[in-house]
Amino acid sequence: MSATLPAAPKTNRIGLAKADYEGAKSTLCLGCGHDVITKQIVTAFFELGIEPRRVAKFSGIGCSSKTPAYFLNRAWGVNAVHGRMPSVATGALLANPELVGIGVSGDGDTASIGVGQFVHLVRRNIPLVYVVENNGVYGLTKGQFSATADVGSTLKGGGANDLVPIDICGLAIELGCGFVARSFSGDMKQLQSILQAAITHRGTSVIDVISPCVTFNDHEGSTKSYKYAKDHEEPLHDIGFVPYFDDTVAEVPPGEVRDVPFPDGSVVRFHSVGRDYDPTDKDQVLATLHRSRTAKEFLTGILYLEPEKPSFARLLNTVEEPLTTLGEERLRPSREALAAILEAYR
Amino acid sequence: MSTVPSPAAGSPATFAVNDFSLQVATANGSGSQTANNVLLRSIFRMGVPVSGKNLFPSNIQGLPTWFTIRASRHGYIGRKRELDVLVLMNPETATEDTLGAAPGTSVVYEKKLSVEKLREDLRLFPVPFSELAAKLPLPPDQAKLRRLLVNMIYVGVLSDLMEIDPAEIEASIRRQLGGKAKAIDLNLAAMRLGAEHAASAFPQKLPHRVERMDATAGKLIIDGNSASALGCLFGGATVCTWYPITPSSSLCETFIDLCAEHRVDPGTGRATAAIVQAEDEIASIGMVLGAGWAGARAFTATSGPGISLMSELIGYGYYTEIPAVIFDVQRVGPSTGLPTRTMQGDVLICHTNSHGDGKHPVLFPASPEECFSMAQEAFDLAERLQTPVFVLTDLDLGMNNWMADPFPYPAAPFDRGKVLDADGVERLKGTWGRYKDVDGDGIPWRTLPGTDHPKAAYFTRGSGHNEAAGYTEKAQDYVRNVERLARKLETARALLPKPATEDRPGATAGLLAFGTSHYGTTEGRDLLERQHGLPLDYLRLRALPLGPEARAWIDRHEVVYVVEQNRDAQLAALLRDELPAHATRIVSVLQYDGLPLDATTVVDGVLSHRGRTGGAR
Repeated sequence: MSATLPAAPKTNRIGLAKADYEGAKSTLCLGCGHDVITKQIVTAFFELGIEPRRVAKFSGIGCSSKTPAYFLNRAWGVNAVHGRMPSVATGALLANPELVGIGVSGDGDTASIGVGQFVHLVRRNIPLVYVVENNGVYGLTKGQFSATADVGSTLKGGGANDLVPIDICGLAIELGCGFVARSFSGDMKQLQSILQAAITHRGTSVIDVISPCVTFNDHEGSTKSYKYAKDHEEPLHDIGFVPYFDDTVAEVPPGEVRDVPFPDGSVVRFHSVGRDYDPTDKDQVLATLHRSRTAKEFLTGILYLEPEKPSFARLLNTVEEPLTTLGEERLRPSREALAAILEAYR
Repeated sequence: MSTVPSPAAGSPATFAVNDFSLQVATANGSGSQTANNVLLRSIFRMGVPVSGKNLFPSNIQGLPTWFTIRASRHGYIGRKRELDVLVLMNPETATEDTLGAAPGTSVVYEKKLSVEKLREDLRLFPVPFSELAAKLPLPPDQAKLRRLLVNMIYVGVLSDLMEIDPAEIEASIRRQLGGKAKAIDLNLAAMRLGAEHAASAFPQKLPHRVERMDATAGKLIIDGNSASALGCLFGGATVCTWYPITPSSSLCETFIDLCAEHRVDPGTGRATAAIVQAEDEIASIGMVLGAGWAGARAFTATSGPGISLMSELIGYGYYTEIPAVIFDVQRVGPSTGLPTRTMQGDVLICHTNSHGDGKHPVLFPASPEECFSMAQEAFDLAERLQTPVFVLTDLDLGMNNWMADPFPYPAAPFDRGKVLDADGVERLKGTWGRYKDVDGDGIPWRTLPGTDHPKAAYFTRGSGHNEAAGYTEKAQDYVRNVERLARKLETARALLPKPATEDRPGATAGLLAFGTSHYGTTEGRDLLERQHGLPLDYLRLRALPLGPEARAWIDRHEVVYVVEQNRDAQLAALLRDELPAHATRIVSVLQYDGLPLDATTVVDGVLSHRGRTGGAR
């Protein structure tokens, strides 16, 4: 008999262990960038202490869209059809605004077949964390170019892409998205801060994560390979996220610091890394983004932040509680109301 | 039981009093709608059964429009192919309309059109409409208003020629124009101008007259889309998503208006319904499914092109078992087709929607009363069966004006179906599976997102899934699941609205129709019995899949005439598939010209079959 008891697992502020946030075993290729993102999603929800039963996970079709099965088993999942995750999420989150929505999509699912729905989700500012696991290829159908492939990037079997890529972040900012970030699955620390901030944001938060496809797009000549991303990543800033319930002082390296508060009291803390960048100044953000495209820089960080933008439910002025919980007494007008309505047709 | 008015049997076929079809030809955007509605309502107020059908172009201004009023003391309110009275106001169509008229038709026309040069066998009433309009007390810069008021002049002319009570016309004008005193005065002046002109110019009146009777007391005049929207309101819909498309838009627009008044939370002033005009029909159905998955009563309304776009997600809803209500207000296809004409052409695409296997419940309202009741039933059925449910109406029912009895206040509470709460999950001690058939009816139990139990959540996927909602590609899991779905459809047969039947003594053959085909079919049936001595039983199908009552009814008839408004005999094909032993007794009677079914089509169709087969009963 052992003399020492095993250490109790670390629990979060609602008393759950990290294991309570895990999902099924991943069936993606060994070394896939998507699995790294999945781990960071598990950690973010655990650290924020969000009840899994309040979380709704959404996805479309593709390798990335399989991943909601790999995190938060105790949360509700909807693996929708190709490119239509935004509309399904919109309906669910309007019906029950108490749900915390997270959607995982890919570059094909978002920038090709689903670009229309993506655009309108962002326009409506549906409170959804929208993660694009962007690898520049269709993995599940074995390596065709997607609409985010850079000009000149090559396929594994040869052939270069001639078409201008769709910049998911640039598109989202133009459409008025209040939270737009770009990250890299190889930069776990940055991704973690971005995810926590995105989950806290009460509107659409778009996170374009370069997530290399180890099987079809990790070769020399690809601009979405691990090596290319590592060599070209240029973080705009270091990001610290201080949730509203955390009263410890965030670890901040020396230098210039910019705090952006969220309505719930949480704070995103930006620490400049040489570049003077204000993520709340849209003109500057767009100019920087345009310059970086010309210079072929891979900028990462929270590109744009506007925490106070009203969500769609606010604009529709729907009741606070879930529409799903309203009973007959609040939904069915009275006998007198029916009589009055019909009178107008006599 | 049928809630559709059935005309009394054995009445004479044609009569000049309270039995006519009147058509007004104008250009769209010319403001004739008010005048036509005034005419319709005035006849209605005189107690005469009436219906109004607007035949309009897919255009905003300038193209030909016809408005047809059918008045029938026998209660026949379907379209009549033969027109008795024409009002020709549109130079574009005057020649064609005149040449197409049956001999003896009464024609009221703008004198300048000189249609008397075209035919000698018509009863002609030339009226100098523009000269009369010039007499209206209006400043010279009001040319546009003057053009609008011309329409009320023909109302006045008809009032004199057909003895439509001017007092009822005045009441209808006042009702139609609300509190706008100046507009009311001008319209009344125009109407009187027309009546006075006709009184002096035409000593000989029309043979078709309106005489006061008492068949419309207490009734409403309402279009099917408004009735469907009311059904959604009283049926507890909380999410409505839509993409504008003729002829369904007014359903959602009416729902919006209703919610602005009746879905405002008294405590907070906030809305108890979320209404979204989506970017397309794919997004509409996606939102409906998302909301239905979350546990809301959600619906969308569209027409055929929208159903085509929605198909992938409808199959998703079927396979993942999400409640949804889809109104399809049918128009003429394929493709853009004739977007402002009517058809029953979406029976197959709705009932068998999406790739792979799958059949879906489809409801067939035939009247505003049923639009109201079936909209409510659709939400109950969608939640009870956990599947998309279609409500199939058409342009004729959805957009035209129909008489209706006042809608009864809903008697039953909402049926929210098999939903497990946290206690329910706890009681099952971990044995619950989202897609497990514990009751033998093919319908599993579901939980709603947010349910506070660690075992309550499940993963919804359109890919292969087992009873526990886990991913699977195993052959036996797939087969087990789709066979349960088939079992669920069997359960649906008993839950769906039952057919309405009406038998005649001695009949061995029957007519079978659904939706708006009811009107032409029942009128045709009366004509067949009265004029041709052929009694026929009648069944009006109110839902698919077929229930036991409809099967038994078909079983006991030697010949079943299936009347529908499409070329491919879509319902007949489904019936033959369901009842292969009876395939040869099913005979189709079809109309697919974009116009509402008329009785003559039914009479001709049945007689032509009897002729081919030697007239056997």
